[in-house]
Amino acid sequence: MPTESKNTDPDEEFNNSTTIQLDDVTVVYRVPHERVSGLKEFAIQWLQRRLRYEEFLALHNVTFQVQLGEVFGVIGRNGSGKSTMLKVMARVLTPTNGRIRTRGRIAPLLELGAGFHPELTGRENVFLNMALLGYHHRETERLFQAIVDFSEISDFIDAPLRTYSTGMVARIGFAVATSVRPDILLVDEVLSVGDAPFQQKCLDRINSYRQQGTTIVIVSHSMTTIQSNCQRAVWLSHGKVMALGEVNQVVEQYSQFSGK
Amino acid sequence: MQINSGNIYDSSRRPHPLVEEIISLIKYRDLVYQFVSRSIKTRYKRSVLGVFWTMLNPLFMMIILTIVFSNVFKVGRNYPIFVLSGLVLWNFFSFATSSAMGEMIWSGALLNRIFMPKSVFAVSAIGTGLVNLLISLVPLFLISIILGGKFTYALLVLPLSIIVLALFTLGVGLFLATTAVYFADMVPVYEVVLTIWFYATPIIYPIENIPPHYAWILKLNPMYYIVRIFRLPIYEGVLPGLPDWIIALGCALVAVILGGLIFTNKSKEYAYRI
Repeated sequence: MPTESKNTDPDEEFNNSTTIQLDDVTVVYRVPHERVSGLKEFAIQWLQRRLRYEEFLALHNVTFQVQLGEVFGVIGRNGSGKSTMLKVMARVLTPTNGRIRTRGRIAPLLELGAGFHPELTGRENVFLNMALLGYHHRETERLFQAIVDFSEISDFIDAPLRTYSTGMVARIGFAVATSVRPDILLVDEVLSVGDAPFQQKCLDRINSYRQQGTTIVIVSHSMTTIQSNCQRAVWLSHGKVMALGEVNQVVEQYSQFSGK
Repeated sequence: MQINSGNIYDSSRRPHPLVEEIISLIKYRDLVYQFVSRSIKTRYKRSVLGVFWTMLNPLFMMIILTIVFSNVFKVGRNYPIFVLSGLVLWNFFSFATSSAMGEMIWSGALLNRIFMPKSVFAVSAIGTGLVNLLISLVPLFLISIILGGKFTYALLVLPLSIIVLALFTLGVGLFLATTAVYFADMVPVYEVVLTIWFYATPIIYPIENIPPHYAWILKLNPMYYIVRIFRLPIYEGVLPGLPDWIIALGCALVAVILGGLIFTNKSKEYAYRI
């Protein structure tokens, strides 16, 4: 567990060198016992006071900090709460209990291309996705050429997206999400898209952002990816922190545990 | 190393959900524009007649209803203008409320991955509806010119009528979107409600044709007043009375404030449920 005491003034803890701070973050999914999708069933069950939910603890009292410019790894088996944690950081989920604070602009690289529409052209999709990240179209116009150049699809930019290959869509997705250096970059197993040269290009861009002070959180099942990129890591199991600290130690503990 | 220190997110120090929603909606205003242009473009991209469908659809309805009802209701030779003005308004209302609800349910892939103000779907549905409404005003005025309808200064209040209509529609849309997250049945239930509501609103018939001792029931319906402030300037060429304005605007404000409160009160749960 982290060393900082919980009794100190919370604002003092969250100083300028900390970009992400989780304090006892708990996320509870409420799964209805039987799937209540109908009004009638809901009314009946509510009247009978037997509308019960199965509570699923996706994250349980998770506390840690990520420092400015750090590359932080999150490891754990499927269903351990890694993706939930990224969603809490990305403000998609609000913690059921506890507190999360983040500093600066966050760019999620979660499942590239979630916001793409097949009937629209590449150009229209770039503008749509930039708007999804909160950019005004005037800013997008300014960044447009750089996005197209990076994704190497200038010949197809006015063709409908349905004519694109999966790799091309992924390239635009990455170029859009990283068109402006974010303060926090959330990476969820997406570095394996595209061919080898493009992957290298993505890694180069991420590294250059890191050198400029971007904090990076990487979720991965690949221990090589985690160990070669991160300084510190957290190991989650069933929503709880099993180990936290220097990356090699955490990976070693995780490997020993999983090896059994 | 530049960090925008004013840009701190703290999950335990957040403004009132409604305030937070409005602030982020303003920040994400371009997303509303993108969603509206996306749905207009994708709607017309593969169709030959394109934008004309938006004009033709109410025109065909008007022709059919005129043939069927003009003798039944005895509204005179300008019945086409009467019925078309009601239909374009109703089409807007039913389209925008249904898609505010539908877009919300089908947006799970986005809501689950990226942070955004959740009301963009409802607001964009209103925006798309307004574009279609403005397009269908073209055939309405063409028919009005052909049939010698009344063009007076009263038409200048139409933008105000449309704003009241849009506010009321947004309120209803936000309420529906909230309920649809919890009950998948809401979509078919609302289709039935819309059909009943359509006949309970004087759109294809004039309220004067309803016996006076039943007419008060129809006047409990907010849409009665909203149709009135929209139709009177077009059909009769007169300004709606102050009581009509007050009731219509009052209903619209109550709807949009209540809808906004209900929607934002639950908005933290949507990502868990959709």
